[in-house]
Amino acid sequence: MYAASDFIALSALQHFVYCPRQCALIHIEQVWAENSFTAEGRVMHERVDDGETSYRSGVRTTRSVLLRSSMLGASGIADVVEWHKSNSLEEPFPIEYKRGRQKKHDADKVQLCAQAICLEEMLNLTIPAGALFYGQTKRRFDVTFDSTLRAKTVSTAECVHELFRNGVTPLPEPGPKCTQCSLQELCLPKVVAHNRSAKEYVHKLLHELSEGEI
Amino acid sequence: MKKLLNTLFVTTQGAYLSKEGECAVIKIDKVEKVRLPLHMLDGIICFGQITCSPFLMGHCAANGVTVTFLTEYGKFLCQVQGPTKGNILLRRAQYRQADNYLQSAMLARSFVIGKIGNSRVTLARALRDHPDKIDCEKMHYAQQLLAGCIKKLGNETDQERIRGIEGEAARIYFEVFDQCITSSDPLFCFNGRNRRPPVDRVNCLLSFLYTLVTHDIRSALESCGLDPAAGFLHKDRPGRPSLALDMLEEFRSYIADRMALSLINRGQIHANDFTVSATGAVLMKDDARKTLLTAYQKRKQDEIEHPFIREKMAVGLIWHMQAMLLARYIRGDIDMYPPFVWR
Repeated sequence: MYAASDFIALSALQHFVYCPRQCALIHIEQVWAENSFTAEGRVMHERVDDGETSYRSGVRTTRSVLLRSSMLGASGIADVVEWHKSNSLEEPFPIEYKRGRQKKHDADKVQLCAQAICLEEMLNLTIPAGALFYGQTKRRFDVTFDSTLRAKTVSTAECVHELFRNGVTPLPEPGPKCTQCSLQELCLPKVVAHNRSAKEYVHKLLHELSEGEI
Repeated sequence: MKKLLNTLFVTTQGAYLSKEGECAVIKIDKVEKVRLPLHMLDGIICFGQITCSPFLMGHCAANGVTVTFLTEYGKFLCQVQGPTKGNILLRRAQYRQADNYLQSAMLARSFVIGKIGNSRVTLARALRDHPDKIDCEKMHYAQQLLAGCIKKLGNETDQERIRGIEGEAARIYFEVFDQCITSSDPLFCFNGRNRRPPVDRVNCLLSFLYTLVTHDIRSALESCGLDPAAGFLHKDRPGRPSLALDMLEEFRSYIADRMALSLINRGQIHANDFTVSATGAVLMKDDARKTLLTAYQKRKQDEIEHPFIREKMAVGLIWHMQAMLLARYIRGDIDMYPPFVWR
Protein backbone atom coordinates (compact mmCIF):
# COMPACT_ATOMS: atom_id res chain seq x y z
CA MET A 1 0.00 0.00 0.00
CA TYR A 2 1.34 3.37 -0.97
CA ALA A 3 0.42 6.79 0.40
CA ALA A 4 -1.21 9.16 -2.09
CA SER A 5 1.78 11.48 -1.80
CA ASP A 6 3.99 8.73 -3.27
CA PHE A 7 1.72 7.92 -6.21
CA ILE A 8 3.29 7.72 -9.62
CA ALA A 9 1.60 8.41 -12.93
CA LEU A 10 -0.01 5.40 -14.58
CA SER A 11 1.69 6.36 -17.82
CA ALA A 12 5.08 5.89 -16.09
CA LEU A 13 4.48 2.14 -16.19
CA GLN A 14 4.13 2.24 -19.96
CA HIS A 15 7.25 4.40 -20.23
CA PHE A 16 9.23 2.06 -17.96
CA VAL A 17 8.42 -1.07 -19.96
CA TYR A 18 9.30 0.76 -23.17
CA CYS A 19 12.55 2.13 -21.78
CA PRO A 20 13.53 2.66 -18.12
CA ARG A 21 15.69 5.63 -19.12
CA GLN A 22 12.79 7.27 -20.94
CA CYS A 23 10.69 6.81 -17.82
CA ALA A 24 13.37 8.47 -15.67
CA LEU A 25 13.88 11.33 -18.13
CA ILE A 26 10.17 12.12 -18.22
CA HIS A 27 9.22 11.52 -14.60
CA ILE A 28 12.40 12.24 -12.66
CA GLU A 29 14.31 14.68 -14.83
CA GLN A 30 11.00 16.15 -15.98
CA VAL A 31 12.05 16.72 -19.53
CA TRP A 32 9.73 16.54 -22.45
CA ALA A 33 10.12 17.01 -26.16
CA GLU A 34 7.55 16.59 -28.85
CA ASN A 35 7.98 14.97 -32.23
CA SER A 36 5.45 14.11 -34.92
CA PHE A 37 4.50 10.88 -33.10
CA THR A 38 3.81 12.52 -29.77
CA ALA A 39 1.98 15.39 -31.49
CA GLU A 40 -0.26 12.98 -33.37
CA GLY A 41 -0.89 11.10 -30.15
CA ARG A 42 -1.76 14.30 -28.34
CA VAL A 43 -4.21 15.38 -31.04
CA MET A 44 -5.82 11.94 -30.99
CA HIS A 45 -6.19 12.11 -27.22
CA GLU A 46 -7.69 15.58 -27.38
CA ARG A 47 -10.45 14.04 -29.45
CA VAL A 48 -10.83 10.93 -27.32
CA ASP A 49 -10.71 12.69 -23.97
CA ASP A 50 -13.54 15.14 -24.39
CA GLY A 51 -15.00 13.91 -21.10
CA GLU A 52 -18.40 13.23 -22.62
CA THR A 53 -20.52 10.22 -21.78
CA SER A 54 -22.36 8.49 -24.63
CA TYR A 55 -24.68 5.53 -25.00
CA ARG A 56 -25.15 2.93 -27.70
CA SER A 57 -27.00 -0.41 -27.60
CA GLY A 58 -26.61 -1.19 -23.94
CA VAL A 59 -23.07 0.20 -23.64
CA ARG A 60 -22.38 3.35 -21.68
CA THR A 61 -19.09 5.00 -22.67
CA THR A 62 -17.28 7.33 -20.27
CA ARG A 63 -14.17 9.29 -21.23
CA SER A 64 -11.23 10.69 -19.27
CA VAL A 65 -11.96 8.55 -16.22
CA LEU A 66 -9.88 9.39 -13.13
CA LEU A 67 -8.21 6.34 -11.63
CA ARG A 68 -6.12 5.40 -8.61
CA SER A 69 -4.76 2.36 -6.86
CA SER A 70 -3.08 2.29 -3.45
CA MET A 71 -1.82 -1.19 -4.18
CA LEU A 72 0.08 -0.03 -7.30
CA GLY A 73 0.72 3.40 -5.81
CA ALA A 74 -0.38 4.99 -9.05
CA SER A 75 -3.02 7.31 -10.41
CA GLY A 76 -3.97 8.63 -13.78
CA ILE A 77 -6.66 8.86 -16.38
CA ALA A 78 -8.20 6.17 -18.56
CA ASP A 79 -9.03 7.39 -22.08
CA VAL A 80 -12.26 5.44 -22.29
CA VAL A 81 -14.13 3.03 -20.04
CA GLU A 82 -17.04 1.18 -21.55
CA TRP A 83 -19.64 -0.19 -19.18
CA HIS A 84 -20.99 -3.45 -20.53
CA LYS A 85 -24.35 -4.60 -19.22
CA SER A 86 -24.32 -8.13 -17.87
CA ASN A 87 -27.41 -9.19 -16.01
CA SER A 88 -28.39 -6.21 -13.88
CA LEU A 89 -24.76 -5.09 -13.40
CA GLU A 90 -22.44 -2.97 -15.49
CA GLU A 91 -18.98 -4.38 -16.06
CA PRO A 92 -16.24 -1.83 -16.78
CA PHE A 93 -14.10 -2.43 -19.86
CA PRO A 94 -11.13 -0.03 -20.14
CA ILE A 95 -9.88 1.05 -23.55
CA GLU A 96 -6.58 2.82 -24.11
CA TYR A 97 -6.06 4.75 -27.33
CA LYS A 98 -2.63 4.65 -28.92
CA ARG A 99 -1.41 6.49 -31.96
CA GLY A 100 0.57 3.83 -33.81
CA ARG A 101 0.07 0.13 -34.32
CA GLN A 102 0.18 -3.00 -32.21
CA LYS A 103 3.64 -3.58 -30.77
CA LYS A 104 5.76 -6.57 -29.84
CA HIS A 105 6.49 -5.28 -26.37
CA ASP A 106 3.99 -5.26 -23.53
CA ALA A 107 4.19 -1.58 -22.59
CA ASP A 108 0.67 -0.69 -23.73
CA LYS A 109 -0.80 -3.85 -22.22
CA VAL A 110 0.82 -3.12 -18.87
CA GLN A 111 -0.61 0.41 -18.86
CA LEU A 112 -4.08 -0.94 -19.67
CA CYS A 113 -3.81 -3.66 -17.04
CA ALA A 114 -2.80 -1.03 -14.47
CA GLN A 115 -5.96 0.89 -15.35
CA ALA A 116 -7.99 -2.28 -14.79
CA ILE A 117 -6.31 -2.86 -11.42
CA CYS A 118 -7.27 0.70 -10.44
CA LEU A 119 -10.88 0.16 -11.47
CA GLU A 120 -10.99 -3.13 -9.60
CA GLU A 121 -9.69 -1.52 -6.43
CA MET A 122 -12.01 1.49 -6.72
CA LEU A 123 -15.13 -0.53 -7.52
CA ASN A 124 -14.29 -3.73 -5.64
CA LEU A 125 -14.85 -6.11 -8.54
CA THR A 126 -12.86 -8.14 -11.06
CA ILE A 127 -12.24 -7.08 -14.62
CA PRO A 128 -11.29 -9.87 -17.00
CA ALA A 129 -10.47 -7.86 -20.11
CA GLY A 130 -10.04 -4.50 -21.82
CA ALA A 131 -8.87 -3.30 -25.22
CA LEU A 132 -6.18 -1.29 -26.98
CA PHE A 133 -7.17 0.82 -29.94
CA TYR A 134 -4.46 1.77 -32.43
CA GLY A 135 -4.98 4.92 -34.46
CA GLN A 136 -2.72 4.05 -37.37
CA THR A 137 -4.37 0.71 -38.13
CA LYS A 138 -7.73 1.70 -36.64
CA ARG A 139 -7.77 -1.75 -35.06
CA ARG A 140 -8.95 -2.68 -31.63
CA PHE A 141 -7.32 -5.58 -29.77
CA ASP A 142 -8.81 -7.24 -26.75
CA VAL A 143 -6.40 -7.76 -23.89
CA THR A 144 -7.06 -10.42 -21.26
CA PHE A 145 -5.82 -9.57 -17.81
CA ASP A 146 -4.27 -12.96 -17.04
CA SER A 147 -2.02 -13.67 -14.08
CA THR A 148 1.18 -13.19 -16.11
CA LEU A 149 0.19 -9.70 -17.24
CA ARG A 150 -1.02 -8.79 -13.76
CA ALA A 151 2.25 -9.94 -12.21
CA LYS A 152 4.24 -7.95 -14.76
CA THR A 153 2.13 -4.86 -14.07
CA VAL A 154 2.62 -5.11 -10.31
CA SER A 155 6.37 -5.68 -10.63
CA THR A 156 6.67 -2.78 -13.10
CA ALA A 157 4.98 -0.48 -10.59
CA GLU A 158 7.47 -1.66 -7.95
CA CYS A 159 10.37 -0.96 -10.32
CA VAL A 160 9.09 2.57 -11.01
CA HIS A 161 8.76 3.25 -7.28
CA GLU A 162 12.32 1.96 -6.80
CA LEU A 163 13.48 4.28 -9.61
CA PHE A 164 11.84 7.24 -7.85
CA ARG A 165 13.43 6.31 -4.52
CA ASN A 166 16.89 6.16 -6.11
CA GLY A 167 16.42 9.18 -8.33
CA VAL A 168 19.17 7.89 -10.61
CA THR A 169 18.52 7.91 -14.34
CA PRO A 170 19.49 4.52 -15.80
CA LEU A 171 22.01 4.46 -18.63
CA PRO A 172 20.56 4.04 -22.11
CA GLU A 173 20.42 0.80 -24.02
CA PRO A 174 20.36 2.11 -27.58
CA GLY A 175 18.18 0.20 -30.00
CA PRO A 176 15.67 0.60 -32.79
CA LYS A 177 13.18 2.09 -30.34
CA CYS A 178 15.43 5.15 -29.97
CA THR A 179 14.65 6.37 -33.49
CA GLN A 180 10.98 6.81 -32.56
CA CYS A 181 11.66 8.42 -29.21
CA SER A 182 11.10 12.15 -29.01
CA LEU A 183 13.62 12.42 -26.18
CA GLN A 184 16.54 11.24 -28.28
CA GLU A 185 18.17 14.65 -28.34
CA LEU A 186 17.88 15.02 -24.62
CA CYS A 187 18.87 11.44 -23.87
CA LEU A 188 21.95 11.33 -26.14
CA PRO A 189 21.81 7.51 -26.18
CA LYS A 190 24.86 6.98 -28.37
CA VAL A 191 27.08 9.50 -26.64
CA VAL A 192 26.25 8.20 -23.20
CA ALA A 193 25.94 4.46 -23.80
CA HIS A 194 28.91 3.97 -26.08
CA ASN A 195 30.88 5.46 -23.29
CA ARG A 196 32.50 7.93 -25.61
CA SER A 197 34.94 9.22 -23.09
CA ALA A 198 34.87 12.94 -22.51
CA LYS A 199 38.07 12.54 -20.50
CA GLU A 200 39.89 11.22 -23.53
CA TYR A 201 38.36 13.94 -25.67
CA VAL A 202 39.56 16.66 -23.29
CA HIS A 203 42.98 15.04 -23.03
CA LYS A 204 43.35 15.07 -26.81
CA LEU A 205 42.05 18.63 -26.97
CA LEU A 206 44.62 19.78 -24.41
CA HIS A 207 47.40 18.13 -26.33
CA GLU A 208 46.38 19.60 -29.69
CA LEU A 209 45.82 23.10 -28.36
CA SER A 210 49.06 23.25 -26.47
CA GLU A 211 51.35 21.46 -28.91
CA GLY A 212 50.05 21.33 -32.44
CA GLU A 213 49.38 23.85 -35.13
CA ILE A 214 45.75 24.89 -35.22
CA MET B 1 18.52 17.96 -32.77
CA LYS B 2 16.04 20.32 -31.23
CA LYS B 3 14.62 22.80 -33.69
CA LEU B 4 16.26 26.20 -33.76
CA LEU B 5 13.45 28.67 -33.28
CA ASN B 6 13.57 32.38 -33.71
CA THR B 7 13.96 34.99 -31.08
CA LEU B 8 11.83 38.06 -31.54
CA PHE B 9 13.77 41.19 -30.67
CA VAL B 10 11.60 44.26 -30.10
CA THR B 11 13.64 47.44 -30.12
CA THR B 12 11.15 50.10 -31.21
CA GLN B 13 10.40 52.25 -28.17
CA GLY B 14 6.72 52.39 -27.25
CA ALA B 15 5.81 49.15 -29.00
CA TYR B 16 2.92 47.13 -27.55
CA LEU B 17 2.81 43.34 -27.78
CA SER B 18 -0.37 41.34 -27.42
CA LYS B 19 -1.74 37.89 -28.16
CA GLU B 20 -4.26 37.22 -30.86
CA GLY B 21 -5.08 33.53 -31.23
CA GLU B 22 -1.76 31.75 -31.55
CA CYS B 23 0.06 34.86 -32.71
CA ALA B 24 2.06 37.64 -31.13
CA VAL B 25 1.01 41.00 -32.53
CA ILE B 26 3.22 44.06 -32.33
CA LYS B 27 1.56 47.44 -32.47
CA ILE B 28 3.26 50.78 -32.68
CA ASP B 29 1.06 53.82 -32.05
CA LYS B 30 -1.94 51.45 -32.11
CA VAL B 31 -1.13 50.35 -35.64
CA GLU B 32 -0.36 46.68 -36.21
CA LYS B 33 3.15 46.26 -37.58
CA VAL B 34 4.02 42.59 -37.18
CA ARG B 35 2.12 39.38 -36.56
CA LEU B 36 4.10 36.22 -35.76
CA PRO B 37 2.90 32.69 -34.96
CA LEU B 38 4.11 31.85 -31.45
CA HIS B 39 5.16 28.27 -32.27
CA MET B 40 7.97 29.72 -34.40
CA LEU B 41 9.49 31.48 -31.40
CA ASP B 42 11.54 30.35 -28.46
CA GLY B 43 11.91 33.78 -26.96
CA ILE B 44 10.80 37.38 -27.06
CA ILE B 45 13.33 39.97 -25.96
CA CYS B 46 12.10 43.49 -25.33
CA PHE B 47 14.61 46.30 -25.23
CA GLY B 48 13.59 49.34 -23.21
CA GLN B 49 10.14 50.89 -23.17
CA ILE B 50 8.09 47.99 -24.53
CA THR B 51 4.78 46.82 -23.06
CA CYS B 52 3.41 43.34 -23.24
CA SER B 53 -0.10 42.07 -22.45
CA PRO B 54 -0.46 39.63 -19.53
CA PHE B 55 -2.24 37.18 -21.83
CA LEU B 56 0.71 37.05 -24.19
CA MET B 57 3.08 36.61 -21.25
CA GLY B 58 0.91 33.84 -19.78
CA HIS B 59 0.64 32.00 -23.06
CA CYS B 60 4.38 32.28 -23.60
CA ALA B 61 5.09 31.00 -20.08
CA ALA B 62 2.84 28.01 -20.65
CA ASN B 63 4.49 27.17 -23.97
CA GLY B 64 8.14 27.54 -23.14
CA VAL B 65 8.62 30.89 -24.87
CA THR B 66 10.69 33.09 -22.57
CA VAL B 67 9.79 36.76 -22.48
CA THR B 68 12.69 38.91 -21.36
CA PHE B 69 12.87 42.58 -20.63
CA LEU B 70 16.20 44.34 -21.01
CA THR B 71 16.99 48.04 -20.87
CA GLU B 72 17.45 49.77 -24.18
CA TYR B 73 21.17 49.03 -23.85
CA GLY B 74 20.79 45.36 -23.07
CA LYS B 75 20.98 45.25 -19.28
CA PHE B 76 18.86 42.45 -17.89
CA LEU B 77 15.69 43.58 -16.08
CA CYS B 78 13.44 40.58 -15.73
CA GLN B 79 12.10 37.48 -17.37
CA VAL B 80 8.67 35.92 -17.52
CA GLN B 81 8.61 32.16 -17.41
CA GLY B 82 6.41 29.27 -16.40
CA PRO B 83 7.06 26.80 -13.59
CA THR B 84 10.74 26.01 -12.92
CA LYS B 85 11.89 23.45 -15.41
CA GLY B 86 13.83 20.30 -14.74
CA ASN B 87 14.15 18.64 -11.43
CA ILE B 88 15.38 19.20 -7.95
CA LEU B 89 17.64 16.14 -7.94
CA LEU B 90 19.76 17.57 -10.73
CA ARG B 91 19.91 20.94 -8.99
CA ARG B 92 20.97 19.33 -5.74
CA ALA B 93 23.70 17.40 -7.55
CA GLN B 94 24.78 20.71 -9.12
CA TYR B 95 24.94 22.43 -5.71
CA ARG B 96 26.85 19.52 -4.16
CA GLN B 97 29.44 19.71 -6.92
CA ALA B 98 29.61 23.48 -6.68
CA ASP B 99 30.35 23.09 -2.96
CA ASN B 100 33.03 20.53 -3.64
CA TYR B 101 36.41 22.18 -4.18
CA LEU B 102 37.94 19.59 -6.49
CA GLN B 103 34.75 19.01 -8.52
CA SER B 104 34.39 22.76 -9.03
CA ALA B 105 38.01 23.00 -10.08
CA MET B 106 37.53 20.27 -12.68
CA LEU B 107 34.54 22.04 -14.20
CA ALA B 108 36.19 25.44 -14.00
CA ARG B 109 39.16 23.94 -15.83
CA SER B 110 36.92 22.65 -18.63
CA PHE B 111 35.33 26.08 -19.11
CA VAL B 112 38.76 27.76 -19.17
CA ILE B 113 40.12 25.20 -21.65
CA GLY B 114 37.17 26.15 -23.86
CA LYS B 115 37.85 29.83 -23.41
CA ILE B 116 41.57 29.78 -24.10
CA GLY B 117 41.23 27.19 -26.86
CA ASN B 118 38.76 29.33 -28.77
CA SER B 119 40.80 32.48 -28.16
CA ARG B 120 43.83 30.78 -29.62
CA VAL B 121 41.83 29.73 -32.68
CA THR B 122 40.62 33.32 -33.22
CA LEU B 123 44.21 34.58 -33.28
CA ALA B 124 45.25 31.73 -35.59
CA ARG B 125 42.47 32.73 -38.01
CA ALA B 126 43.57 36.35 -38.09
CA LEU B 127 47.14 35.22 -38.80
CA ARG B 128 45.96 33.00 -41.62
CA ASP B 129 43.42 35.39 -43.16
CA HIS B 130 45.41 38.60 -43.33
CA PRO B 131 49.08 38.12 -42.50
CA ASP B 132 49.82 41.25 -44.57
CA LYS B 133 47.91 43.54 -42.21
CA ILE B 134 49.09 42.37 -38.83
CA ASP B 135 52.20 42.10 -36.72
CA CYS B 136 52.74 38.41 -37.30
CA GLU B 137 55.60 38.07 -34.88
CA LYS B 138 53.58 39.53 -32.05
CA MET B 139 50.61 37.32 -32.90
CA HIS B 140 52.71 34.16 -33.12
CA TYR B 141 54.19 34.96 -29.77
CA ALA B 142 50.74 35.53 -28.21
CA GLN B 143 49.59 32.22 -29.66
CA GLN B 144 52.56 30.44 -28.13
CA LEU B 145 51.83 32.03 -24.78
CA LEU B 146 48.21 30.86 -24.99
CA ALA B 147 49.38 27.36 -25.87
CA GLY B 148 51.53 27.55 -22.74
CA CYS B 149 48.49 28.55 -20.66
CA ILE B 150 46.56 25.55 -21.98
CA LYS B 151 49.47 23.29 -21.15
CA LYS B 152 49.55 24.65 -17.60
CA LEU B 153 45.81 23.94 -17.27
CA GLY B 154 46.39 20.29 -18.15
CA ASN B 155 47.18 19.08 -14.64
CA GLU B 156 45.81 21.97 -12.63
CA THR B 157 43.40 21.11 -9.83
CA ASP B 158 43.60 24.34 -7.84
CA GLN B 159 40.71 26.75 -8.39
CA GLU B 160 42.71 29.88 -7.71
CA ARG B 161 45.50 28.87 -10.05
CA ILE B 162 42.94 28.04 -12.75
CA ARG B 163 41.45 31.51 -12.35
CA GLY B 164 44.97 32.93 -12.48
CA ILE B 165 45.70 31.15 -15.76
CA GLU B 166 42.39 32.42 -17.14
CA GLY B 167 43.28 36.00 -16.25
CA GLU B 168 46.72 35.69 -17.75
CA ALA B 169 45.30 34.24 -20.98
CA ALA B 170 42.69 37.01 -21.24
CA ARG B 171 45.43 39.63 -20.85
CA ILE B 172 47.59 37.99 -23.56
CA TYR B 173 44.62 37.72 -25.90
CA PHE B 174 43.31 41.26 -25.49
CA GLU B 175 46.81 42.70 -25.79
CA VAL B 176 46.89 41.55 -29.42
CA PHE B 177 43.16 41.70 -30.17
CA ASP B 178 43.57 45.07 -31.93
CA GLN B 179 45.66 43.23 -34.54
CA CYS B 180 42.51 41.39 -35.65
CA ILE B 181 40.79 44.68 -36.52
CA THR B 182 41.62 45.48 -40.12
CA SER B 183 39.44 48.58 -40.42
CA SER B 184 41.56 51.65 -41.01
CA ASP B 185 39.18 53.87 -39.03
CA PRO B 186 41.10 55.05 -35.96
CA LEU B 187 37.82 55.20 -34.01
CA PHE B 188 37.84 51.40 -34.03
CA CYS B 189 41.08 51.24 -32.11
CA PHE B 190 41.12 48.83 -29.20
CA ASN B 191 43.21 49.23 -26.07
CA GLY B 192 41.98 46.44 -23.86
CA ARG B 193 38.68 45.50 -22.34
CA ASN B 194 36.62 48.10 -20.53
CA ARG B 195 32.99 48.01 -19.50
CA ARG B 196 30.27 49.41 -17.27
CA PRO B 197 30.12 51.47 -19.35
CA PRO B 198 32.30 50.69 -22.36
CA VAL B 199 34.29 53.75 -23.40
CA ASP B 200 35.12 52.78 -26.97
CA ARG B 201 33.22 51.36 -29.90
CA VAL B 202 34.80 47.92 -29.95
CA ASN B 203 34.10 47.39 -26.26
CA CYS B 204 30.55 48.61 -26.77
CA LEU B 205 30.01 45.94 -29.45
CA LEU B 206 31.67 43.24 -27.35
CA SER B 207 29.62 44.03 -24.25
CA PHE B 208 26.36 43.96 -26.17
CA LEU B 209 27.23 40.65 -27.82
CA TYR B 210 28.29 39.09 -24.52
CA THR B 211 24.91 40.11 -23.08
CA LEU B 212 23.06 38.41 -25.94
CA VAL B 213 25.05 35.20 -25.68
CA THR B 214 24.74 35.14 -21.87
CA HIS B 215 21.00 35.48 -22.27
CA ASP B 216 20.83 32.52 -24.65
CA ILE B 217 23.09 30.36 -22.49
CA ARG B 218 21.01 31.16 -19.43
CA SER B 219 17.86 29.97 -21.21
CA ALA B 220 19.65 26.83 -22.40
CA LEU B 221 20.80 25.99 -18.86
CA GLU B 222 17.35 26.60 -17.46
CA SER B 223 15.69 24.44 -20.08
CA CYS B 224 18.01 21.59 -19.04
CA GLY B 225 16.98 22.01 -15.42
CA LEU B 226 20.25 23.56 -14.25
CA ASP B 227 20.41 26.57 -11.97
CA PRO B 228 22.09 29.33 -13.97
CA ALA B 229 23.17 31.07 -10.78
CA ALA B 230 25.24 28.26 -9.25
CA GLY B 231 28.59 28.47 -10.99
CA PHE B 232 31.90 26.66 -10.70
CA LEU B 233 34.41 29.11 -12.14
CA HIS B 234 32.45 32.22 -11.14
CA LYS B 235 31.73 32.40 -7.45
CA ASP B 236 28.19 32.88 -6.18
CA ARG B 237 26.94 36.42 -6.07
CA PRO B 238 23.26 37.22 -5.70
CA GLY B 239 21.77 38.34 -8.97
CA ARG B 240 24.66 37.05 -11.02
CA PRO B 241 24.04 34.14 -13.42
CA SER B 242 27.39 32.57 -12.51
CA LEU B 243 26.91 29.27 -14.35
CA ALA B 244 25.80 31.13 -17.49
CA LEU B 245 28.95 33.23 -17.18
CA ASP B 246 31.04 30.07 -16.74
CA MET B 247 29.69 28.70 -19.99
CA LEU B 248 29.95 32.07 -21.70
CA GLU B 249 33.74 31.69 -21.39
CA GLU B 250 33.63 28.95 -24.02
CA PHE B 251 31.69 31.15 -26.40
CA ARG B 252 33.12 34.67 -25.96
CA SER B 253 35.77 34.41 -28.61
CA TYR B 254 34.05 31.92 -30.91
CA ILE B 255 30.78 33.82 -31.24
CA ALA B 256 30.96 37.33 -29.84
CA ASP B 257 34.53 38.48 -30.57
CA ARG B 258 34.48 37.05 -34.07
CA MET B 259 31.10 38.61 -34.82
CA ALA B 260 32.28 42.01 -33.61
CA LEU B 261 35.39 41.66 -35.77
CA SER B 262 33.48 40.70 -38.89
CA LEU B 263 30.94 43.50 -38.43
CA ILE B 264 33.79 46.01 -38.20
CA ASN B 265 36.11 44.48 -40.76
CA ARG B 266 33.40 44.01 -43.38
CA GLY B 267 32.17 47.54 -42.82
CA GLN B 268 28.69 46.47 -41.69
CA ILE B 269 29.04 48.76 -38.71
CA HIS B 270 30.62 52.19 -38.95
CA ALA B 271 32.17 54.55 -36.44
CA ASN B 272 29.20 56.92 -36.77
CA ASP B 273 26.79 54.16 -35.72
CA PHE B 274 27.67 55.06 -32.13
CA THR B 275 27.09 58.02 -29.86
CA VAL B 276 29.51 59.11 -27.18
CA SER B 277 27.97 60.53 -24.05
CA ALA B 278 29.34 63.42 -22.00
CA THR B 279 30.98 60.96 -19.61
CA GLY B 280 32.69 59.10 -22.42
CA ALA B 281 30.35 56.10 -22.37
CA VAL B 282 29.80 54.76 -25.87
CA LEU B 283 26.31 53.69 -26.97
CA MET B 284 25.11 52.02 -30.11
CA LYS B 285 22.52 53.80 -32.25
CA ASP B 286 19.23 52.04 -33.02
CA ASP B 287 20.09 51.03 -36.56
CA ALA B 288 23.44 49.58 -35.56
CA ARG B 289 21.73 47.54 -32.87
CA LYS B 290 19.33 46.20 -35.48
CA THR B 291 22.18 45.34 -37.84
CA LEU B 292 23.90 43.49 -35.03
CA LEU B 293 20.78 41.58 -33.94
CA THR B 294 20.06 40.52 -37.52
CA ALA B 295 23.64 39.34 -37.97
CA TYR B 296 23.46 37.45 -34.67
CA GLN B 297 20.25 35.67 -35.65
CA LYS B 298 21.79 34.76 -39.00
CA ARG B 299 24.96 33.49 -37.38
CA LYS B 300 22.94 31.21 -35.13
CA GLN B 301 21.50 29.51 -38.20
CA ASP B 302 24.88 28.46 -39.61
CA GLU B 303 25.46 24.73 -39.29
CA ILE B 304 28.55 23.09 -37.85
CA GLU B 305 29.42 19.61 -36.67
CA HIS B 306 29.64 19.44 -32.91
CA PRO B 307 33.21 18.32 -32.17
CA PHE B 308 32.29 15.93 -29.34
CA ILE B 309 28.82 14.72 -30.38
CA ARG B 310 29.86 14.65 -34.05
CA GLU B 311 26.43 15.64 -35.23
CA LYS B 312 25.48 18.58 -37.39
CA MET B 313 23.61 21.33 -35.63
CA ALA B 314 22.89 25.02 -35.87
CA VAL B 315 25.38 27.28 -34.12
CA GLY B 316 22.46 28.62 -32.05
CA LEU B 317 21.95 25.15 -30.57
CA ILE B 318 25.52 24.53 -29.51
CA TRP B 319 24.96 25.99 -26.05
CA HIS B 320 21.86 23.82 -25.66
CA MET B 321 24.06 20.84 -26.39
CA GLN B 322 26.72 22.07 -23.95
CA ALA B 323 24.05 22.59 -21.29
CA MET B 324 22.79 19.07 -21.89
CA LEU B 325 26.31 17.66 -21.70
CA LEU B 326 26.86 19.57 -18.47
CA ALA B 327 23.63 18.15 -17.01
CA ARG B 328 24.68 14.67 -18.12
CA TYR B 329 28.07 15.13 -16.49
CA ILE B 330 26.54 16.38 -13.25
CA ARG B 331 24.19 13.39 -13.25
CA GLY B 332 27.15 11.06 -13.76
CA ASP B 333 26.28 9.89 -17.28
CA ILE B 334 29.60 11.01 -18.77
CA ASP B 335 33.04 11.11 -17.18
CA MET B 336 33.90 14.77 -17.83
CA TYR B 337 32.38 17.93 -19.17
CA PRO B 338 33.75 18.34 -22.71
CA PRO B 339 34.21 22.04 -23.46
CA PHE B 340 33.26 23.36 -26.87
CA VAL B 341 36.28 24.32 -28.93
CA TRP B 342 35.89 25.02 -32.63
CA ARG B 343 38.90 24.74 -34.88
